[in-house]
Amino acid sequence: MWRRPFPWLVVAVALGVALVPYWTDDVELREGLVLAAVYVILASNLNLMIGYAGYVNFGNIVFFGLGGYVGVYLVSEWHWPLLPAAIAGGLAVSAVALLFGLGILRLRGAFFALATIGINEAVRQLVTNFEPWGGATGIYLSFDAYAPLGGPMQALWLAYFLIVAVMALSLLASYAIRNSKFGLGLLAIGQNEDAAATLGVPTPLFKALVYSASAMLPAVAGAIYFFKLGIIEPTGAFNLGLSIEAIVMVMLGGQGTVIGPALGAFLYEELRGALLTTEAFSHFQLVIAGALLLLIVLFVPGGLMGFVRRRWPRLRWWLE
Amino acid sequence: MGMTAILASILDGVLIGAVYGLAAMGLTLIWGVMNVINLAHGAMIVFGMFGLYFLASALGLPAYSAVPISIVSGFACGVVLYWLAVHRIIGRPVLMSLLATFAVNMVLVGIGTALWTTSPFNVSVTLPGITWGDYTFTGTHIMAAVLAGVIAGLLYLFLHHTRVGKAIRAVASNREAAELSGIPTTQILSMAFGLGVALAAVSGTLIATMFPFTVLSGDAYQLKSFVVTVLGGLGNPAGALLGGIALGLVEGLTTPFMPVSWTPIIEFGLFVLCLMTFPRGIFALSKG
Amino acid sequence: MSTLLEVVNVSKRFGGVLAVHDLDLRVDAGEILGLIGPNGAGKSTVFNLINGVYPPDAGRIVFRGADITGKPPYRVARSGLARAHQIVQPLAGLTVLENCTVGACFGRENLSLSAAREAAREVAGLVGLGGQLDLLAGQLTTAGKKRLELARALSARPHLLLLDEVLAGLNQTEIEQMIEIVRRIRERGVSILMIEHVMRVIMTLSDRIVVLNLGEKLTQGTPREVAADPEVIAAYLGDEEPDDMDERQ
Repeated sequence: MWRRPFPWLVVAVALGVALVPYWTDDVELREGLVLAAVYVILASNLNLMIGYAGYVNFGNIVFFGLGGYVGVYLVSEWHWPLLPAAIAGGLAVSAVALLFGLGILRLRGAFFALATIGINEAVRQLVTNFEPWGGATGIYLSFDAYAPLGGPMQALWLAYFLIVAVMALSLLASYAIRNSKFGLGLLAIGQNEDAAATLGVPTPLFKALVYSASAMLPAVAGAIYFFKLGIIEPTGAFNLGLSIEAIVMVMLGGQGTVIGPALGAFLYEELRGALLTTEAFSHFQLVIAGALLLLIVLFVPGGLMGFVRRRWPRLRWWLE
Repeated sequence: MGMTAILASILDGVLIGAVYGLAAMGLTLIWGVMNVINLAHGAMIVFGMFGLYFLASALGLPAYSAVPISIVSGFACGVVLYWLAVHRIIGRPVLMSLLATFAVNMVLVGIGTALWTTSPFNVSVTLPGITWGDYTFTGTHIMAAVLAGVIAGLLYLFLHHTRVGKAIRAVASNREAAELSGIPTTQILSMAFGLGVALAAVSGTLIATMFPFTVLSGDAYQLKSFVVTVLGGLGNPAGALLGGIALGLVEGLTTPFMPVSWTPIIEFGLFVLCLMTFPRGIFALSKG
Repeated sequence: MSTLLEVVNVSKRFGGVLAVHDLDLRVDAGEILGLIGPNGAGKSTVFNLINGVYPPDAGRIVFRGADITGKPPYRVARSGLARAHQIVQPLAGLTVLENCTVGACFGRENLSLSAAREAAREVAGLVGLGGQLDLLAGQLTTAGKKRLELARALSARPHLLLLDEVLAGLNQTEIEQMIEIVRRIRERGVSILMIEHVMRVIMTLSDRIVVLNLGEKLTQGTPREVAADPEVIAAYLGDEEPDDMDERQ
């Protein structure tokens, strides 16, 4: 994998993104980039489901929120350090996803997608009623939580670096999977599930595995993000709008490619930022996202990368 | 809680369930005819709700006059939606139709939110109810169930005794054969879609005669429609009506004992359970 | 001669229709067994039962000594039984090479990605797609897609290959080429169970033939025996002339 240029590009960009705001001590830039990194994480992991296996996961934000809750809870109540808490969050959520996936991924594409629509709402309601996690008010991190990391200022920077690292990991994992036997099986499932099964691809297992895999890094990112934010509560953790926007990002950039979702996330973030400055448009955020999604699905289903790779096939080797 | 109270709740649930069934019929019709899952279904239910509001509250027309208006305008809307968003994705992978209709839903709900915010709206419709012992069955609930039944009956007549209706069924069972026998399948598909949306709209109108609503209510009723569709079997309108009543029954059984916020969770759980155990619908089982 | 596949007393009902009734079938190692019968005789259903698309209502299916009755398709494929479908199902967005690699990766030999690619290349060459490895499967001609269907099934190096009307939709030249390919496959030691309507071809290629009618086995024997059997002729006369059905589909 390290013999091709792409992984090195990822590492280089990640280092750049991590270090530039740090060296210039530009907190505003950092905050903008944190959001962008979260988008890239959500989109590229979602791409494993949508772009590789062909299964739409409408409730993908559930992983992010649950990971956040597990991580923050471990830090706040059990005084775990950040990194183990985040990793525990990732492992816990992907384990639950595996179990749930083994059951629910027996369903074919459309039914599975429908099942994921309600899941966000259901989990949000459950968490709202779950007292150990603060119920409707959520969990609030006191400043002590940041002390082991050298105080709030340091902690925020550290959290930022970690999120950028998770972003790089997401892209590298996407790439590794795509070039692996597992990835080939997923792509076969995405093209024609019945044909894939006849060829020997163990479809129920692979689908459950990719569902679980797509849960891990967003969960870890959730833990770190909400630690950084200092508070987690149901509405912010299980933000359906963000779930939907992740889908738009994947489709915009080009589902099925590795760089597509990252590009889509970045573009969408820019678009959104530009639109939000105009007061009137902030109400129309989801309208525009919806219109964009519709146009993409109708006219450019391959997204940006699909278009680029068809137009300039030579670039395929560089842009995975 | 007394037995009569629970019984009354169940019966009330059955009445409301008939309207759920009507809504689900729209969804299952589109699904069965063109294998498209209309994720804008909820938005169209809300369309019907607001239709009632504007006709009855703003314009002061009698409430139930909104019913035929909903059907007609819903149909027109559906045909437009078909040409705008659905036509190009017929025959493409299911993923695409899910995303396309989902996108339409986003746009519609977004516009609705911008125009009317998320505040609740209520249309007060008064009808004399039927009293039985200590309990009164709300007039609007009874009327809604009756109208749902009537519309369902009209739908049956339409599908089985009119040219267009029969053409729709022909296209549903085998599009190529229908095409070969001279049926203009694309036109028929657009009309089937219009019909499905009309059913969604009119059931929204009926629901609005009974309960308050917001721009975001569509999601909850869409989920109910999905549960019902799965219960009754895809493309099976009769099953949808039965499934709706069954769901209403379940709601009537559980709502006396549980806070309202748990309803979506229970319905979601039911939905997933049904999908996994009865992939072809409970009522489809008995048909063999 | 060892028995590779045994179908024992298998039945399958769909709603009110008994598609396959009490069927016995045997494929020996190294042979080409032809499965013929008028339209609606249940031939494709038999294939679906064998490779696990749905389980039989009664009976057993034994492959290389192991019971595979009702096992899902991917498990059946793993045990060395591959299938080329009548209605081709190319993985359209993947290249020809990738299509075959899938077969090699997940079939009997469970190869690694690089080994699978080599096997895929070799098989693609065998069916004549060697020059089109980087073409997207969706862009192939009908004949090309048929060959890909075959190549993909073959990449798994199966013991038994189920061929479902691989000649449908092909012109004369393409049919001759396909016959050659089938011969080459058998030379590699792969046993074949094939459904075909082009009588001339199936009579030439098959070692033995089983005739199905209305879900039941009508008769079996060598091609010559079957061709002369009056019952077989009668069954087909109720349908169309078999030789006319093939060329222009």
